[in-house]
Amino acid sequence: MKEKNILLAHGAGGKLSHDIVTKLFLPFLENELLSALDDSAVIPIERSRLAFTTDSYVVKPLFFPGGDIGRLSICGTVNDLAMVGARPLGISASFILEEGLSMEILERVLSSIKNAAMEADVMVVAGDTKVVEHGAAEGLFITTSGVGIVLEGVDIKSSRATPGDVIIISGSIGDHEIGILLARGEFSLKGEIKSDCAPLNNLVQKMLKECPEIHVMRDPTRGGLGTVLWEIANASDVGVVVDEEKIIVSEEVRGVCDLLGFDPYYLANEGKLVAFVPREDAERVLEVMKTDPLGRESVIIGKVVDENRRKVLLKTHIGGHRILEPLSSVQFPRIC
Amino acid sequence: MNKGRRMGKDGNATVMLRKISRLAHRHFRFMEVCGTHTVSIFRSGIRSLLPEEIELVSGPGCPVCVTPVGEIDRAISMAASEDVTLLTFGDLMRVPGTYSSLSQERAMGRDIRVITSPLDALEVAVREPERRIIFFGVGFETTSPAIAAAVKEAKTRGISNFYLISSQRLIPPAMKALLSSGNVKIDGFILPGHVSVIIGREPYSFISSEFSLTGVITGFEALDILEGIYMLLCQYNEGRSEIEIQYKRAVRKEGNPLALKIMNEVFKPVSARWRGLGMIPESGIVLREELKEMDAAEVFNVPYEDRPDPPGCLCGEILQGFKSPPECPLFGTRCVPQDPVGPCMVSSEGSCAAFYKYGG
Amino acid sequence: MCLGVPGNIVSIEGNSADVNFGGITRRVSLMLCPDVEVGDYVLVHVGFAIQRLEKEDALETLRLFEEFKKGQYE
Repeated sequence: MKEKNILLAHGAGGKLSHDIVTKLFLPFLENELLSALDDSAVIPIERSRLAFTTDSYVVKPLFFPGGDIGRLSICGTVNDLAMVGARPLGISASFILEEGLSMEILERVLSSIKNAAMEADVMVVAGDTKVVEHGAAEGLFITTSGVGIVLEGVDIKSSRATPGDVIIISGSIGDHEIGILLARGEFSLKGEIKSDCAPLNNLVQKMLKECPEIHVMRDPTRGGLGTVLWEIANASDVGVVVDEEKIIVSEEVRGVCDLLGFDPYYLANEGKLVAFVPREDAERVLEVMKTDPLGRESVIIGKVVDENRRKVLLKTHIGGHRILEPLSSVQFPRIC
Repeated sequence: MNKGRRMGKDGNATVMLRKISRLAHRHFRFMEVCGTHTVSIFRSGIRSLLPEEIELVSGPGCPVCVTPVGEIDRAISMAASEDVTLLTFGDLMRVPGTYSSLSQERAMGRDIRVITSPLDALEVAVREPERRIIFFGVGFETTSPAIAAAVKEAKTRGISNFYLISSQRLIPPAMKALLSSGNVKIDGFILPGHVSVIIGREPYSFISSEFSLTGVITGFEALDILEGIYMLLCQYNEGRSEIEIQYKRAVRKEGNPLALKIMNEVFKPVSARWRGLGMIPESGIVLREELKEMDAAEVFNVPYEDRPDPPGCLCGEILQGFKSPPECPLFGTRCVPQDPVGPCMVSSEGSCAAFYKYGG
Repeated sequence: MCLGVPGNIVSIEGNSADVNFGGITRRVSLMLCPDVEVGDYVLVHVGFAIQRLEKEDALETLRLFEEFKKGQYE
């Protein structure tokens, strides 16, 4: 790796994030469970399979329309487990608290965690707190681990996408990242966009009940839809084709993207999933998704093909095509 | 709705492409001057739909691409002072200087921040009076009036800790230099839509009067660009060489006279260095004498040093339309978006980045 | 070189305005384009209105932005 120091771009979820994991962390930590780089590790235990994941939450501001750091920490962890087809069993949460953080804020975060956990039907079973000096933690950081049991008969991996698979997304893209941006009050922008932060395990349960054969599921968090599709195309050595007209971007999100020059395909989502479903099951899975409150706007956006392997082709609104690469760095607002 | 001025029934991309195909009876090479056009063209997939006879090359209208390495280095030097806050548009953050970039310098602890309006710079200056606020101003005529207005505002409000690095450039002189060199083989220009909102149609007239070439001032939506290409082909078909306005809904023949007036009150034209094109007379703008107290180049004693482009980098030829990105030996190997060598790969609208991300 | 987006003026205060872009509001300077009224459409670049648009023209741009929804502009 060329960089001598950590850059913000290493945390953006795009190519640099991928590089730092594959070129720096993996050489030290490598093992077959970790190297699959799926949302959770799947560990065989006796006759079952344990799903195990970890995450950290450093979001600013702590509270934003649609959620807060507490809700995010539960939903993010639950979703990582759900994406490998696991029923969440328990979550651990360790809190790094900045000296001076008000109790009232901490209470609000904990209340939110409690509500999110109830919504996801999961318990926080272990925890830890540490306090650091003023200035060292921006208020509050949360690190979680989550364990779950992978549903029987289910085998969901980024490397299982197969030509013929239909690609379904559960709703609109870009809401979380733009919601946070607006909540920060930067760039003199005001709007009503809310983060889509939500636990997807119930939706996933319904989908898997209908079709245990689902090949891939991912939630497009940092790096966005474009990056996730690219990762899957590469992990599975297949081509991916998606249709721009089918991908939903709300008017407000598009407005911010137009104003700041952002590409919506690279914006983070915290309450959406992308599923690669065998063709014969696609319509049924789609219908089942639409019965869930978090899947009402589900739509088929594309398919997996044998050609143009490892590439993601986006069919544009005028019938042309463009190639979606992974996010290469942080998206800075631009004027040109 | 006055359909006569609008797309009408031709507003369908398929119809427009068919009309273009019918007129593309030989090879045509059109230059999109403006980097935002390059991005629009790639994002909408137009290249994959145009007949082979139509070749589009990218021109020097990417302010990030044409900013010389030495100017990045100089800004980095200025930002090294403890009490300096350097403000820039996001576009410049990742452009490699000789040793570093603004983004890397920020990672090392320098106070470098991204803003989206020149007025933000004034607000920072007022909020943080103990710091010296330097705004790294890049852009073309679209942006310069806004920067000028901010400078005027700073003067009126007596904001004494605000400084400007004026790295702004002018499009028509660069186009004239390009055409005068005789090296560029272009059949016509897709002219920048938003620069033209400010300057109008007149400054481009030399394209037809001196060089007998065509130009169409074009908007940025896919259908705008297709219509612009169609209008260029129509001119050829009819033996005309004129400057036409496709982007009628935003561009007036006279431009925005007030914006031009404000720009001229604050800035005066000088020779400027363009990466890849060299020195072009009257192609850059700097603060007038009476505003020199805000000129960062004068106040901060950091001289401009000419720095060579990285070896192998073909950004210069690519900016002039001689070569296309895949012809650069560094393209896609040593030079990729997450680790760029030259600015054409950094800038979201640089030819190389657009080609890498959307083309191929 | 230039992101310019059309929006409509929701309110004016001195030489700035709140401009609405599909539900998002931004504070915009009118220093380069002062002869406008609430309800007018303007083209905005780097936080400045750089041209007043005829309403039909602005809607045309917005319609072109949305052309993908229909695939055909009528």
